[in-house]
Amino acid sequence: MTLMTKFLGAVAGVALSAGAALAEPALIFDLGGKFDKSFNEAAFNGAQRWAEETGGTFREIELQSEAQREQALRRFAEAGANPVITTGFAFADPVNAVAGDYPDTKFVNIDGWMPEVPANVQLIGFQEHQGSYLVGMMAAMASKSGKVGFIGGMDIPLIRHFGCGYAQGAKAVNPDIEVIANMTGTTPSAWNDPVKGSELTKAQISQGADVIYAAAGGTGVGVLQTAADENILSIGVDSNQNHLHPGKVLTSMLKRVDVAVYDSMKAGVDMETGGFTTLGLAEDGVGVAMDENNAELVSADMKAAVEEARQKIIDGELEVVAYYANDSCPALDF
Amino acid sequence: MDVMPKWAEVVLVPLISLLLAAVISALVILAIGEDPIAAASLMVEGAVGSVRGWGYTLYYATNFIFTGLAVAVAFHARLFNIGGEGQAMLGGLGVALALLYVPWPHWTIGLIAATGMAAAFGALWALIPAYLQAKRGSHIVITTIMFNFIASALLIWMLNEFLKPVGSQDPASARFATHLDLPTLNGWLASMGIKASKDDSVNVTFLVALACAVGVWVLMWKTRLGYEIRAFGHSESAAKYAGINPVKITVVAMLISGGLAGLMGINTVMGEAERLVLNSTEGAGFIGIAVALMGRSHPLGVVIAAILFGFLYQGGAELALWTSIPRELIVVIQALVILFTGALDNMVRMPLERMFLASKRRREAAKPERKPVEPAE
Repeated sequence: MTLMTKFLGAVAGVALSAGAALAEPALIFDLGGKFDKSFNEAAFNGAQRWAEETGGTFREIELQSEAQREQALRRFAEAGANPVITTGFAFADPVNAVAGDYPDTKFVNIDGWMPEVPANVQLIGFQEHQGSYLVGMMAAMASKSGKVGFIGGMDIPLIRHFGCGYAQGAKAVNPDIEVIANMTGTTPSAWNDPVKGSELTKAQISQGADVIYAAAGGTGVGVLQTAADENILSIGVDSNQNHLHPGKVLTSMLKRVDVAVYDSMKAGVDMETGGFTTLGLAEDGVGVAMDENNAELVSADMKAAVEEARQKIIDGELEVVAYYANDSCPALDF
Repeated sequence: MDVMPKWAEVVLVPLISLLLAAVISALVILAIGEDPIAAASLMVEGAVGSVRGWGYTLYYATNFIFTGLAVAVAFHARLFNIGGEGQAMLGGLGVALALLYVPWPHWTIGLIAATGMAAAFGALWALIPAYLQAKRGSHIVITTIMFNFIASALLIWMLNEFLKPVGSQDPASARFATHLDLPTLNGWLASMGIKASKDDSVNVTFLVALACAVGVWVLMWKTRLGYEIRAFGHSESAAKYAGINPVKITVVAMLISGGLAGLMGINTVMGEAERLVLNSTEGAGFIGIAVALMGRSHPLGVVIAAILFGFLYQGGAELALWTSIPRELIVVIQALVILFTGALDNMVRMPLERMFLASKRRREAAKPERKPVEPAE
């Protein structure tokens, strides 16, 4: 009997602490995991920055299984978390299905797409092809062999989108350049397989590539490591990864997921919802990372060329074709 | 032969194993500075303390019943089918194809069609390794695990090229028509006027899984085919001598096994996600091995073990939601249970056997003294 009361007491305690968490924002990380040094970590960094600046707290969960998606959304919404921020396109559909049941909760999905956006959902997308175009230009200018590499994570349209922008940028600088593209795998483990990333890097080096762009989440850590060991250049993705191997990482294609998360948390319950936010070069949502770690690698020519292309893309004079436009890429066959 | 009474075999051994796993897990949680008692109560409350918890516990259990039965059937023929993952993926693909392209008028008919397609696709995926094993002697462990990777590649290709709605970035199919949603426990409770959550968790597929468990029991212990499968598993040469065709038994056992694994697709694809997502199996095919081991390849044992694993999955999800215990450690806790109940089974069993043996001897030694020796006349 006493055990039972104790148990019930513990349950009540949990329920109370869950109820007391009113209006905290919640952040749900996709299956890649929080510390992937890339996409999800950028989201975490944004939330962390918000927490430090405002002194607020936020709830978070790293998913373990597909069935947890809907569950986590409902549990956070019912516990009063607001807004509920999700990372990764795989959340678009569950958010779409759940949002209607919680009209007072605001949901944010980064990278997702929905045919119609419910009134309490905001989708945040990035123009990854524009940023990838710029790093593609830099890769082609830095390459001496006339061959550059691309290593993607899982073979999905989003990653082809990265690779397509990259190839277009490289070919804009040198029409004869050869772009060697590989995907790490066909299962979600491709996002977190640094060993395979390292093997692919070696394979691409043996084919002559001397600059390799990794758009592969945690797998990219292995790509960058091997590139540094083999003394060629690499390009990081999502977060600024220049510091991982100073002087060996040419640049990083920044995708400011951290800014998106930070802004959403800052806006809090007053956030505008019901539409798409697209962050491209103009909004500094994507870009190239320049810091002291790669200062020696980036020539003045490179900087000027990238700056010029950036401005042209913003002004609409230069169009980078998106892979999604017709599910194919003019510069690269996958 | 039987040194332990049945109840000790069925209840005591798994229970002690679970306790040991719990103790080590508690030490692990203590080591990272969290409260093990709070964590345990959170797990119990989250998995079986509410309608929602039960919903998800039984949802996961449904998956594990299917894959556990699949492994168990193959085990009886001494075939180690570790391709449940790929067979379930293909089963899911079958369900999606059945539901996307044919406008079924009602979910019952849709469910029958989905069941047929799931079983057919899963069985088909097991057929090739089975044939290679039966005719060519290619080891089933190697071929089935290779077929998991092929299944994964096939699935992503199908999703990317054919099933993905235009404009979507997610490699997943469109949603099925809403009238094909399977009735869930939550929906049923709500219609009875009981307040329940709106999750798409446990659904009628659970009943299909239970029916399959009964079906497997009947098949294995009440039919000629089941007898042949078990005889083949006990001794291939004796079975051959008795006129049992080894090729036929290998292929048939694997077809049943693959079909059962494929049926998991109804639960995940039609029941929960209501669309085909890339990662719909998420390791349940491999968990099935642990479930079959723990359930001693008996359908009843498989069902009980599946519910235990469902509890671990759902309890682990709750831990991830409300504590800062990292998900890697939750996997450690789940792994400890598998380790103690599956792999280290003999560690508990052997001392227990010795204990029972000793007490039996003592009783036997004491018996004659207590027996009345008076003659009857």
